[in-house]
Amino acid sequence: MIIGLDVGGTHTYTVLLSNRGIEKSVKVTTDHADLFNTVLSGFTQLLESVDPSRIKRAVISTTLTTNAIVQQTMEPVGMIVSAGPGLDPEFFRTGEQYYPVSGSINHRGREKAPVNEIQIKDISQKLVAAGIEYVGVVSKFCVRNPSHEILIKRIIHKYFKKVFLGHHVSGNLNFPRRIATTHLNAAVFSLHKSFFEAVKKSLNEKGLTVPIQILKADGGTMSLEASMHFPGQTVLSGPAASIMGAIPYAPEGQDAIVLDIGGTTTDIAFLVDKAPLLEPVGIQRGRYRSLIRSLRTDSKGIGGDSALRVIDGNLTIGPDRQGPAMAFGGPLPTPTDAMVVLGVMDSANPEKSLAGIHTIAKGLGLSDEQAAEKVFKTCCTIILKKTFEMIDQINSQPVYTVHDFLEGYKLSPQKILVLGGPAPYFAQKIEDLYQIDTFAVPNSAVANAVGAALARTTCEVSLYADTEQGIVTAHEEDFAEPISKTFSEDDLMETAYNLLKEKAINSGADPENMDEVEVVEYQKFNIVRNFSPRGKIFRTKMQLKPGLIKGYETLLH
Amino acid sequence: MLKAIHKTGLVFFPAFDWAIDPTHPEREERLLYTQDQVTEEGVFDIPGIIEYKPVLATAKDIQRAQFCVPDEASITTESHLISAGGAKVIADAVMGKEVKNGFALVRPPGHHSMRVSHGGRGFCHINIEAIMVEYIRTRYGVKRIAIIDTDCHHGDGTDNIFWHDPDVLFISMHQDGRTMFPGTGFPGELGGPNAKGSNLNIPLPPGTSTEGYLYVINNCVLPVLDEFKPDLVINSAGQDNHYTDPLTNMNFCAQGYAQLTTLLKPDIAVLEGGYAIEGALPYVNLGIILAMAGVDYSGVVEPDYNPEKLKQSVSITDKIKKTIDQINSFWAQRHQLREAAGTPGELQVRHKEIYYDTDNIFERQKERVRICADCGGSFEIDSRAMPGLHILGVHIPINACKNCIEKGYEFYETAPGGKYDRIYLMDRPKDSYHVK
Repeated sequence: MIIGLDVGGTHTYTVLLSNRGIEKSVKVTTDHADLFNTVLSGFTQLLESVDPSRIKRAVISTTLTTNAIVQQTMEPVGMIVSAGPGLDPEFFRTGEQYYPVSGSINHRGREKAPVNEIQIKDISQKLVAAGIEYVGVVSKFCVRNPSHEILIKRIIHKYFKKVFLGHHVSGNLNFPRRIATTHLNAAVFSLHKSFFEAVKKSLNEKGLTVPIQILKADGGTMSLEASMHFPGQTVLSGPAASIMGAIPYAPEGQDAIVLDIGGTTTDIAFLVDKAPLLEPVGIQRGRYRSLIRSLRTDSKGIGGDSALRVIDGNLTIGPDRQGPAMAFGGPLPTPTDAMVVLGVMDSANPEKSLAGIHTIAKGLGLSDEQAAEKVFKTCCTIILKKTFEMIDQINSQPVYTVHDFLEGYKLSPQKILVLGGPAPYFAQKIEDLYQIDTFAVPNSAVANAVGAALARTTCEVSLYADTEQGIVTAHEEDFAEPISKTFSEDDLMETAYNLLKEKAINSGADPENMDEVEVVEYQKFNIVRNFSPRGKIFRTKMQLKPGLIKGYETLLH
Repeated sequence: MLKAIHKTGLVFFPAFDWAIDPTHPEREERLLYTQDQVTEEGVFDIPGIIEYKPVLATAKDIQRAQFCVPDEASITTESHLISAGGAKVIADAVMGKEVKNGFALVRPPGHHSMRVSHGGRGFCHINIEAIMVEYIRTRYGVKRIAIIDTDCHHGDGTDNIFWHDPDVLFISMHQDGRTMFPGTGFPGELGGPNAKGSNLNIPLPPGTSTEGYLYVINNCVLPVLDEFKPDLVINSAGQDNHYTDPLTNMNFCAQGYAQLTTLLKPDIAVLEGGYAIEGALPYVNLGIILAMAGVDYSGVVEPDYNPEKLKQSVSITDKIKKTIDQINSFWAQRHQLREAAGTPGELQVRHKEIYYDTDNIFERQKERVRICADCGGSFEIDSRAMPGLHILGVHIPINACKNCIEKGYEFYETAPGGKYDRIYLMDRPKDSYHVK
């Protein structure tokens, strides 16, 4: 049996799954000030009547890091940044303890200016004096040559508890995002560590000794040990959990839309043949950009509890929430009240909903029923409009080869999967309005926890081979090996596959669930100087795709 | 805060799977390191910089600018069409006011491709800027356009296409044709009889450095633009003036390119040549993008940049000043030169020989243009390619007067069918193209 736990904004659900389906689920109120006790009581209640030795897997999705970012309670950390030519690194300042330093590596990974050791020592003294315990070190083009980062770490590591290096974060190029991501890992590390060590200890005391897995933003899991190096990857695991929870109901061989309609927002995501679509570079929310692998999700400020108002004769929905629906004692009418008035949803206090919708109807000059209908329809229209905009955006993403331009994949979803409290009512309405096959995911409330429980381990490796310089590297994995002039595509793929397998096992993957390997990117270039070939550059990215572990999926139908 | 002061659109199409041939300078790897640099800098994350996906240019788009022999499909590949389509997308973004300006980083380039194109010359098969300019004129009705070609090679294709067009100012600054392909672009080449002075060719001596380039911009290009008052400024942004370029002998640098862009303020820039793909392009392209967006580019410096070594000699400075004085005096006399060029109504004949280095074709042309005081004048080009076809192309300019439209149809209708393999008519006022 396996356990999934998802900390939500209001409630935390914990589920127990066996190969017969959902055996048990537990709901506790989320206490954001004490997430540890929230998680613990979820486990405690779930394990009351269950023998912990029968549990084979436990996956946790929390809002710990997300909250730390939102509430700006991240720990102050030091950043040492070496940029070389280009944009002024001051643009990417992460806080007070941020030091651009000399040294430069170019796009081929060649050193162009050395590290100044005296400068580094000087900065490390300043950091120590400021009481800094954790430091991030990032150099431009470190994914091509991390030697400056490694050298700087060697100089400073004895003064600090842990030093985070940029080239470990991702194999992708993007210096500003690498700075932000390295900073995030360093700044949430101690919070993450103390939280999960406490969780692990308490679960051990209850007899639950299986390795804990933690859900990441890309809808995959990693082991608790692996998470200590990249705690930032747990950010936004909530939306990922719900999308993973929809996968059992997604059509095979087709594209699908996932809508998770919550109290204040609706999360939108896409599945291609049951595999979620990923962000091309990493999480981005507003101005925040990172290299954290993530599912491609966006949200719209409309949910069941969005406040309804009439302003200058026009209906507005959200983006704020002033409380629950009036049917449940809230102060302002909401889309939920509209559904109560239309009789699609049951409530103990339909008269309160009616009173609320009546004020809206008066403002719009409509009957109560017409107003409720308008609210409901407008919600669906706004959500779907945003969804179609996202599809357009995905399909107009720039490509860089003639082949991709002509043959590139076009997303065209034929099914919508709806999650969240009001899912069944919305599903019916959306299908009526848009004539797209729309399905409300059953047991919607616990879909997130189910998604967490079933998510398999994911990871990605990026390889770069340069036969002119005679080296194949995957610096993210601390891997570098000499190669001959005859190094081929097959050699590259074999090296990549072995690295991916090793990384997956180290991240806690079950060897049974490692066959969904995908080559995300492959490019080969001839290096020519003065009209004669000098060698080849190969680049590839290979991933273990996000998806569900085997043995449980079919039982949910 | 990092933010584009001017909203800037970018089309980045490196065509990583297209080359003229594997060791040719115009090959897959050309924009690889530029892409790495731009991606590592996080340029696409800068608020106000918007990346667009190119579209495929159509045969119709090409037919507004060029006679392709025997037809468009035979001399283009998808990569050419995406390259031209990329420039079109940037034009739409700028003209639709989605962005203030835009840069099409596309390949292959186009500025050596002429009005009649039998194939590839100077790595160009179709003329990307000319196709874009004609698209802009037809779609948006823009009247006056200036094209400033800063590639190190004379932009002879664009020069040729707009030779008779008084509404398109074409200025090319390039390494002296006596030392460099294509061997043309001298100060006396000022445009056709109806458009004298609307083509300015500025040859620069080998060894010209940043000082020289900026002198030309400040003392010739900007004053001429001030007088011409274009509705749109286009930069054919070749990057082969760089001190590390393997095909040329100049001493320009990334900071210089960025400053030139800041001074020129192009609405649209289109990438042309530039083959120092590792040492120059990543920095030059980054500099141009940041300059267009109005972002501080002072840190964009080549790792091996040494201004002392690149200093321009006094004799070079003197030569450049003399050339600019000469060009400025031609520009000042342009109206008189046009009046002296011929009597309205008569036909003026020009013979031209063109060598296609990329496809090894030799072409002979006889061109007849109607002298006209009211428009650019209709003309016909009798063109024989060896190997290749013998064709006649008739062009009626977009702002043609009634007499020139009639003359254009007369050229087309009276052309002896048996003499030519194909006869083409490009009727720009009607936006139509006919082949017989």
